[in-house]
Amino acid sequence: MRARVTIVPRPEVLDPQGRAVAHALEGLGFGVVKGVRVGRIVDVELSDGLDRQAAEAKLEQMTRELLANLVIEDFRIDWLD
Amino acid sequence: MIVAVLQFPGSNCDQDVVHALGTVLGADARLVWHGDAGLPTGTDLVVLPGGFSYGDYLRSGAIAARSPIMVPVRAFAESGGTVLGICNGFQVLTEAGMLPGALLRNAGVQFVCRDVCLRVESQASALTARLQPGSLHVMPVAHREGNYFADEPTLAALEATGRVLLRYADPLTGEASREANPNGSAHGIAAIANKKGNVIGMMPHPERAVDAELGPVGGRVMLEGLLTEVRRRN
Repeated sequence: MRARVTIVPRPEVLDPQGRAVAHALEGLGFGVVKGVRVGRIVDVELSDGLDRQAAEAKLEQMTRELLANLVIEDFRIDWLD
Repeated sequence: MIVAVLQFPGSNCDQDVVHALGTVLGADARLVWHGDAGLPTGTDLVVLPGGFSYGDYLRSGAIAARSPIMVPVRAFAESGGTVLGICNGFQVLTEAGMLPGALLRNAGVQFVCRDVCLRVESQASALTARLQPGSLHVMPVAHREGNYFADEPTLAALEATGRVLLRYADPLTGEASREANPNGSAHGIAAIANKKGNVIGMMPHPERAVDAELGPVGGRVMLEGLLTEVRRRN
């Protein structure tokens, strides 16, 4: 079982990296860019045969404990299979 | 006076802290490995040094904050012991939830390595108890994630309770101006304390400013004050 945890800076948190990327895109002529937020993807492989609901609860727990810092980040969990 | 200087894989200011507190200021400063289960018997002060613990993987300080030594460090703090996190050590303490907020990428995106001037804002910690409020101290910063962030209620509480210990300030006017702030830190914050005032985090490096031969000595008076105050409290 594989899951993807997508972690992004919370909307109220300044993202200097995203701003720099947006600025660079503008410089390349992509005038349509209104904003960029840079996050992180963590793909986690879990033992097969786990109950999906239980596995998702575990994933959420590990994300809260380590993968994301909820002071500054939001996250989303998607299944890859 | 036993000082436990924690050593994580990737710490790189651990020896500087031992030099400043041990060789220069005469404390019994000992390196303590992150995998150890306990602090030395009779530890008076714990210092989390700067560096790039675990290569800054995931987030600065995130993995170090979950290492075995942090269990006794947390217990030490809960029993009133003084804990100081410098630079990456500050990041570790926020990641461990022992200090509020987080340290974001510098507003200018780049790594900043230069001397800064710090203004003492509050005496409500062992680090600043012996410093004159409003006094200025020069020492270097060296970081890429030093941009202190906390939500508005947290910032208001820190300000209202004297838990903002040091602010970046202009060396000539003493103003906490925008230009004096090297990283975009909220309210120009350079150092904070927890509610009890015994867990302290600071981005600048006092341990790199203790030898006149090597540059400014703003860190010396600060660390001397810290040792004196910890000795008095214990």
